[in-house]
Amino acid sequence: MFEFFNKFFNKQSSKDIAKERLKLVIIHDRANVSPELLELIKNEILKAIQKYIVIDDKLLEIQITRTPSEQKGEFVPALIANIPIKSVKKTEILNNEADD
Amino acid sequence: MGEVYVITSGKGGVGKTTTTANVGTYLSVLGKRVLLIDADIGLRNLDVVMGLENRIVFDIVDVVEGRCKPKQALIKDKRFDGLYLLPAAQSKDKTAVSPEQMKALCEQLKEDFDYILIDCPAGIEQGFKNAIAGAQKAIVVTTPEVSAVRDADRIIGLLEAYELHNPKLIINRIRFDMVKRGDMMDIDDILEILSIELLGIIPDDEKIIISTNKGEPVVMDEKSRAGQEYRNIARRILGENIPILSEEENLGFLGKLKRFLGLNNS
Repeated sequence: MFEFFNKFFNKQSSKDIAKERLKLVIIHDRANVSPELLELIKNEILKAIQKYIVIDDKLLEIQITRTPSEQKGEFVPALIANIPIKSVKKTEILNNEADD
Repeated sequence: MGEVYVITSGKGGVGKTTTTANVGTYLSVLGKRVLLIDADIGLRNLDVVMGLENRIVFDIVDVVEGRCKPKQALIKDKRFDGLYLLPAAQSKDKTAVSPEQMKALCEQLKEDFDYILIDCPAGIEQGFKNAIAGAQKAIVVTTPEVSAVRDADRIIGLLEAYELHNPKLIINRIRFDMVKRGDMMDIDDILEILSIELLGIIPDDEKIIISTNKGEPVVMDEKSRAGQEYRNIARRILGENIPILSEEENLGFLGKLKRFLGLNNS
């Protein structure tokens, strides 16, 4: 009955929360990626991208998640970067830089 | 020539020692020659769970340091034919036995036994490496909690790294009432996360504590559901095809009706 009401009110049961949290934490464990390493990667990506695009670096998000692989039902870790673009740098600047 | 199993987990307190004691006891009841090795050196407990603590003269460290012959250190369980215990040392630390020594000891002892079950210390340090060194097969024990399952995942990865392939899983202390409420991960949830083969599930059963208090394995309690599942696990190890206890019988009338009506498919 509980689960029926939970479904009715669209409330997540504690086991579902446990499962979701576990999946995420185990992906990090298996990939052996620490928050420090993620921060380093984030800074490197920032540096590379800022050469060409102006981005909102406060909103830059980078995380490891699961994506479904080709094989049915299999999930593989994926590095996802969410980069909000403010504007693309003018092409003549890029050309000038290339000429230098 | 016997088979050497290591019974391990990442997190402590999930029931490795109880599992070793009960599965080993029942294997001996089924007519096998069984040796239980307590590899949790420095914190031995298999002896008290088995009720054999009063009979220890020598321990595993005495054996590897040459103070006695392996057979002198084995304690024969008088209640069960063919059941023996090699206790851990209480005074030494986890590094008192090296992986090479453990391997040599298992090689030597498995000539006399059908099954050797090694009770591994919790964690991933040297004690773990020593305990698994002589094993050919691994059983991972977990409970349905996030911390235990996470650590089980780590252990499965490490076993693979040490070339102990295809470990089997025992999920201990399942509470079907909580599973029904959606407040405890069920078997499928845990198998989906760990993706290894299931060897058995043990329901949470207060009779375990009562048995451990008395130093009698719960597997001999005919009425205990946990005991029943330990008996099934021992039979599965011998290759018998026994279905894993389902939650079905625990659903009660309302649950069965809901399942019948298709309301219970979450």
